[in-house]
Amino acid sequence: MTSSSFSDILQFFFMGLQRGCIYALAAMGFNMIYNATGIINFAQGEFVVLGGLMMVTLTMAVKLPIPLAFLSTTVFVTLVGIAMERFTINPVKHPTVLRLIIITIAVSIIIKGLAMCFWGKNSHFMRHFSSTETLDFYGATILPQTLWIIGILLLIVAGYIYFFNYTMTGKCMRACAINRDAARLAGINDRKMVMLSFALSAGIGAIAGIIITPIIQMDYARGALLGIKGFGAAVLGGLGNSMGAIIAGVFIGILEALAAGYISSHYMDAIALIILMLVLFVRPSGIFGSSEAMRLKEF
Amino acid sequence: MKNRSLLILCALSVLLSLASTTVVSAGEYHVGCIFSITGKASWLGEPERNTAEMIAKKINEAGGINGNKLVLHVEDDQGDNTQAVNAANKLIKKDKVCAIIGPSTSATSMAIIKIVDEAKIPLLSCAGAAVIVEPVAERKWVFKTPQKDSDCVKRIYDHMKSKGLKDIGIITTTTGFGGAGREQLKKIAAEYGINLVADETYDPTATDMTAQLMKIKNAGAQAVVNWSIEPAQSIVPQNMKQLKMTIPLYQSHGFGNLKYVEAAGEAAEGIIFPAGRLLAVDTVPADHPQKKVLADYRDEYEKNNKDKVSTFGGHAYDALNILANALKKVGDDPAKLRDEIEKTEFVGTAGVFKFSATDHCGLDKTAFEMLTVKNGKFVVLGQ
Amino acid sequence: MKIKDYVGIGIVMAAVAVAPKLVGNEYYLGVLIFAALNCLTCTGLCLLMGYAGQISIGHGAFIAVGAYTSAVLTTKLGWSPWTAMGCGVILAAGIAVFMGLPTMRLKGHYLAMATLGFASIIHIVAVAAVDVTGGPSGITGIPRLQLFGFVLNSDTRNFYFYWGIVVAGLLLAVNLIHSRVGRGLQAIHGSEDAAASLGVNIAVDKIKVLVLSAVYASISGSLYAHYVLFIDPGPFDVMHSVLLVTMVAVGGLHNIWGAFSGALLLSLLPEGLSFLSEYLQTFDIRYRTDYDTLIYGGILLLIMLFLPEGLFEGLSRLLKTVFSLRRKWGGGLARHAE
Repeated sequence: MTSSSFSDILQFFFMGLQRGCIYALAAMGFNMIYNATGIINFAQGEFVVLGGLMMVTLTMAVKLPIPLAFLSTTVFVTLVGIAMERFTINPVKHPTVLRLIIITIAVSIIIKGLAMCFWGKNSHFMRHFSSTETLDFYGATILPQTLWIIGILLLIVAGYIYFFNYTMTGKCMRACAINRDAARLAGINDRKMVMLSFALSAGIGAIAGIIITPIIQMDYARGALLGIKGFGAAVLGGLGNSMGAIIAGVFIGILEALAAGYISSHYMDAIALIILMLVLFVRPSGIFGSSEAMRLKEF
Repeated sequence: MKNRSLLILCALSVLLSLASTTVVSAGEYHVGCIFSITGKASWLGEPERNTAEMIAKKINEAGGINGNKLVLHVEDDQGDNTQAVNAANKLIKKDKVCAIIGPSTSATSMAIIKIVDEAKIPLLSCAGAAVIVEPVAERKWVFKTPQKDSDCVKRIYDHMKSKGLKDIGIITTTTGFGGAGREQLKKIAAEYGINLVADETYDPTATDMTAQLMKIKNAGAQAVVNWSIEPAQSIVPQNMKQLKMTIPLYQSHGFGNLKYVEAAGEAAEGIIFPAGRLLAVDTVPADHPQKKVLADYRDEYEKNNKDKVSTFGGHAYDALNILANALKKVGDDPAKLRDEIEKTEFVGTAGVFKFSATDHCGLDKTAFEMLTVKNGKFVVLGQ
Repeated sequence: MKIKDYVGIGIVMAAVAVAPKLVGNEYYLGVLIFAALNCLTCTGLCLLMGYAGQISIGHGAFIAVGAYTSAVLTTKLGWSPWTAMGCGVILAAGIAVFMGLPTMRLKGHYLAMATLGFASIIHIVAVAAVDVTGGPSGITGIPRLQLFGFVLNSDTRNFYFYWGIVVAGLLLAVNLIHSRVGRGLQAIHGSEDAAASLGVNIAVDKIKVLVLSAVYASISGSLYAHYVLFIDPGPFDVMHSVLLVTMVAVGGLHNIWGAFSGALLLSLLPEGLSFLSEYLQTFDIRYRTDYDTLIYGGILLLIMLFLPEGLFEGLSRLLKTVFSLRRKWGGGLARHAE
């Protein structure tokens, strides 16, 4: 292997890693809510958009320092997530999966409409967190922002592991995900867990939006596509399995980059999708999902 | 059972009774506008709508056209063909307009050509693709105000030839605008002795084009042409910078929005692209015929609206003014209007229009000026 | 139940017959033609969602298959629109079988993902296979439909023909529901295990319904191509598929008439909104189409929150309550008079 082709592969790998991290974060958000409610939240992509747009406003117009803006944006979107759960999911007395899914579609349309009214139709951009000078790495180049993205993803994963394994609330959430009725019998307030899952998933969505906006810009209509890719990653990793989602997200990202680089950019998304579907044909429960668990879920 | 049937009946009768007729009163000229105000191409429709409403207001404040009030019927097609067809039907059959301005995108324009053709209503499209007005024999009622993509390609190739660039890579979006540009780039290349060594595309919602650019780089291209109208195009220069590609980057006239330069930051410096002179008003020589029109429109637009002037609003400006001039001369009979527009010569924001029976765009490649980005601003490129 | 459905179809037919006289303006017929296409697709989708309990978020892809097959075969090979439409139907059915074979064994998100993936792939192919599909620039010059030498060249003619097909589609669907297959499907929806133990061949029946709903979508796609006479990948994206699902859900997915009314309502909603905006303008209230998205989302949310069985069932229940209240009240008055 010549050094140039090695650096090519490395370059595609970086590109894929950057895409993949975003898919992974979106997929994690899907999983949180799926575990708590058994539904797919179509407004997941909208959380990402809100995070990105709010961050742009706070850093570019209000001129807050990045850490402060980061924090307030995350809090803001988390509150939106809580509001969504309180006003649209919680009041539903006899929830069915499809009904809740359509409700999330309705919410996503409303959030999109509001974002359009507040932020307008143009694409918004913001400065990178640190310099835009590329770093060389064995012949390939990488943007400091990509390192930020990977670093923040790792931090979130660490936080996730800690939360679900070492805190009481996290354990309660896991209990609800495994068997809601049993968890309720054990005295866990499952309604509260649903709210918490929306809060967490909105927060993760917001962070995804914040960290990619410097690279991809943000406009009000981007949510749907980000959501679809994230959904693909979530299914591939096994719905409900967040570690699987992260690996699957990164995997899809890298697959797309390699497909674009070596086969055809015209069909790059299709190639990734076909492989995704082939994997599902063989293992319908996803790479890391358990078919046992899947049978228990309604959707 | 009764309830159910009753319900269907109610639903149907409600929708059927929606019919209302608009009486076209004398002393009013009804003009239809179809813009993508919301949806996929809303950044095009927004300045177009703002511009059209601004001009109509101005005309009416000045006493209308020969004493007739100009009434605009603005429809939103959401960048969707079905909505565009509905909007065109509505404007023609319900609002009884004498002419239609828009739609904003090439796809929606193509979708309604058949309708205006059969209804014999002139259409002034604000979209870029040359196929909208070609072949002219099949486009009797269709005109367009943006410059043709084929002319844009010619200007780019002219410039490349003068710089001795032969092997190039192209990267285009997968939308109507990008697709049409890609066809023209491939078609005209041989004429100029240009060799396309790489042909890549990207989705308008793509976030990273390094893979495509890597392929172009590895194919040994001496220059890159990026053809897109979507915000995503400003990622291309950033990715090129990241890959340390130093070959020149050419853009299409779809780059005509200062926001894209701001978004691309330093990476945008030195980009070369053909565009109407609107973007570089300050560097257009004072004796240029378009100078006054351009400066006036820019100042007026930026006074009335929060955002910066873009070429897209300019296309609506040209279309509505051409139509207003024709209305002034021949009144609102669609057939007469069509004939009058076909004879029009007009100094607009996109260039000096000269419509004819064989040319429904009215602009040639001189409508373009080669611009470049210098210190975050558009300037006319010195030869 | 069966008689009710036939009365329903009779009413639709009557409404279709008088509609062109009532609406006055041909423009509304155009809107109703697009509504017809949605009604047709949603009828098929309702069979899949409401009766076989499967979610497809990729039905737009079957529409695309129909539209593109019609467009390509008629413009590039000069085939008759009817043969082309037939090919579209066969192609869509074949794809449905191919997708159904592995997916239908499983419940839930798997078919959702498979259809979603399939829809994205079809969209990408439509964009990228420029030589066949015309790419982003689309296909122009699609011929009009001809019926026994009678060209469907006015909105009135198209209106009658397209709604005729919708009525035929409804008839077929209604018959299917009341057939053995239909009852089997309803049993699947209730409990798969119970149905299977009673001898319902779940997988085969599910695939049959998927194929049928794909055929409905494909025909509606062909009809779309022959009405607009221009197609590009735009109308067949994933968002359109999601819109179809919401149409069915808003109307009520456990009932063909629910899906039908949901499709009708949401297809006409933009029209209603523009009517509203004109109305508001007469009071000098400036309404911008920008708010349409918000209103659309709001309506969807309200229906889902307050009419969980969908608009159709919800409203009929409401009407029933009103009627029974009135009867009670009326009865009370009568007694009082005595």
